[in-house]
Amino acid sequence: MLKYIVRRLIGAIPVLIGLSIILFLFVRLLPGDPAIAILGQHATPALILQVHQSLGLDLPIWVQYIDYVGGLLHGDFGASFINGRPVLEDFLLRFPATIELTVAALIFAVGLGIPLGRLAARHPNGWIDGIVTVISLFGISVPIFVLGYTMVFIFAVQLHWLPATSQIDARLQLPLVTNFVVIDAILAGRPDALVDALKHLVLPAIALGSIPFAIITRITRASVLDVTNEDYVRTARAKGLTEKRVDSRHIMRNAWLPVTTIIGLEVGGLLGGAVITETVFSWNGVGSWVVDAIQNHDYFVVQSSILIFALIFLVVNLVVDIGYAFLNPRIRYA
Amino acid sequence: MTVGAASISRPVRERASRGLWRDAGRRLLRNGPAIVGLVCILIFVVGALLAPVLSSYDPSVGKLVDRMKPPSPAHLMGTDLLGRDEFARVLYGARLSLQLGTISVVFGLFFGIVIGAAAGGLGGKVDALLMRIVDVLLAIPGILLAIGIVAWLGRGQIQIMLAVGVSYTPIFARLLRGSLLALREADFVLAGRSIGASRLRLLVRHMLPNALTPLIVQATLALATAIIDVAGLGFLGLGPGDPRVAEWGEMLTDSARFLQSAPYLIFFPAAAIVISAIGFNLVGDGLREALDPRLRR
Repeated sequence: MLKYIVRRLIGAIPVLIGLSIILFLFVRLLPGDPAIAILGQHATPALILQVHQSLGLDLPIWVQYIDYVGGLLHGDFGASFINGRPVLEDFLLRFPATIELTVAALIFAVGLGIPLGRLAARHPNGWIDGIVTVISLFGISVPIFVLGYTMVFIFAVQLHWLPATSQIDARLQLPLVTNFVVIDAILAGRPDALVDALKHLVLPAIALGSIPFAIITRITRASVLDVTNEDYVRTARAKGLTEKRVDSRHIMRNAWLPVTTIIGLEVGGLLGGAVITETVFSWNGVGSWVVDAIQNHDYFVVQSSILIFALIFLVVNLVVDIGYAFLNPRIRYA
Repeated sequence: MTVGAASISRPVRERASRGLWRDAGRRLLRNGPAIVGLVCILIFVVGALLAPVLSSYDPSVGKLVDRMKPPSPAHLMGTDLLGRDEFARVLYGARLSLQLGTISVVFGLFFGIVIGAAAGGLGGKVDALLMRIVDVLLAIPGILLAIGIVAWLGRGQIQIMLAVGVSYTPIFARLLRGSLLALREADFVLAGRSIGASRLRLLVRHMLPNALTPLIVQATLALATAIIDVAGLGFLGLGPGDPRVAEWGEMLTDSARFLQSAPYLIFFPAAAIVISAIGFNLVGDGLREALDPRLRR
């Protein structure tokens, strides 16, 4: 097992190096001068040169790359062109909000997707299966922003059941310690703030979780159906085992494998989707921050946040793969 | 038990095969959901082609006196803030969305096939290098990659197609490589090699045609996500940015503030995106089942 983990960790190194090169070259080689982004179109050549020197853009490109990677290894992800604040600091400030949203979306997607997929697989081609199939078809076909606005219109504007924007009612004046609003509400011992924070999470989490929910439902259904037709399941039933035992010990244990892989892959999609969800719901996370950075041509923020996103995605996939190897011993020896 | 017996006897009763694609086409046309999907797509294709016939309004020009009118016989889907006819904008938007979505996927397919074929066909160091590049691209969430590319290249139709296309490239490349690797040891490839066929000939004439099936299914499904991604870029303010053309995602962003007063301005472009995505998803699923009947249950 340890050997497998080490092999996977070593395998991630070239990907990280490649990623840093691609992102670095993107910012340097594509049209648009960062100095002009900072100074505006009417900057004088002298001022542009000065900015180039202060950002190290006048050095040979390979020196710039080594400086950049050296910085990364020391946790220096550069600073925003616009306000001069370190990228990592701002990222960490906003990241809890994104984690909260992503985790809530994942709980929704897994918590609803797996039972629905199992239910559909138990009655293949019946009316329940039909309804589940239609729901999951809508899940993958309705864009996050369309679902987001529809839910805001129904549940916030018309019915006034749930709030439409932000993470918590500012009037509650919850002191932020960890920046995870839900955790801060618990730490402060404020049930009113906790309920309010959870209410704020519902709509964004459903919007963001809709696509992974649909995919997890489909994969669970297909995977359970696949296993149900295996010989060993028939043998288990023939031995006279209870249906519950067949389901838990023989079907689900094997059906979990593809489902786990998909859940891991969907985390990347969730991080990407957070960009759009946070914009719809004015959620103060990393996603809306990246969109602002793009609109302001704040290259370092865009470059570093994509790098951090990719890093998280790689780590999550590594954890999933290790979990997968743990669940399925065949992988370890492959 | 009866299921097993039926599946064993079926091949005997089935008529002689008329070729993979013909058989698949027949199966596709017998698949109810796929037909619904084809109809959805057809509605938009016809709407896009006949836009000037179906609507007499110019999608980019409006009368300010007609602004924010709810749906009526004169304006079937109402008018927007600038008095432009919403129906005309949805129709012309179909043109743009279908075009951007399709060409993005074609871009992705082209790069994906070149990379996947080189990796799976040549193997060795080329394979290792190309797959590391693919790994890097796969590590960035697709929409984020597309956002990044448009942010750097600037707004515009070609930039959008390139951005969305590049975000699909690693998926197609990896899929094709996997199929090619599986085919490498197939009997017909070994037979070809044994009579002295060159590597290139084996790859292009024998392996590629047999490896394209999963790619075509994936590409059809990708059309659905491409339309959503293009609209998503428009929604984030990274659309074509050309006031002369209507784009569904941009139409949504422009109308978001009128959610309460004029929900129809959001409803129609949103419905257009959803229906076209459903269409491509249903056809993609149908195609997958038609090409691999074992998947049908």
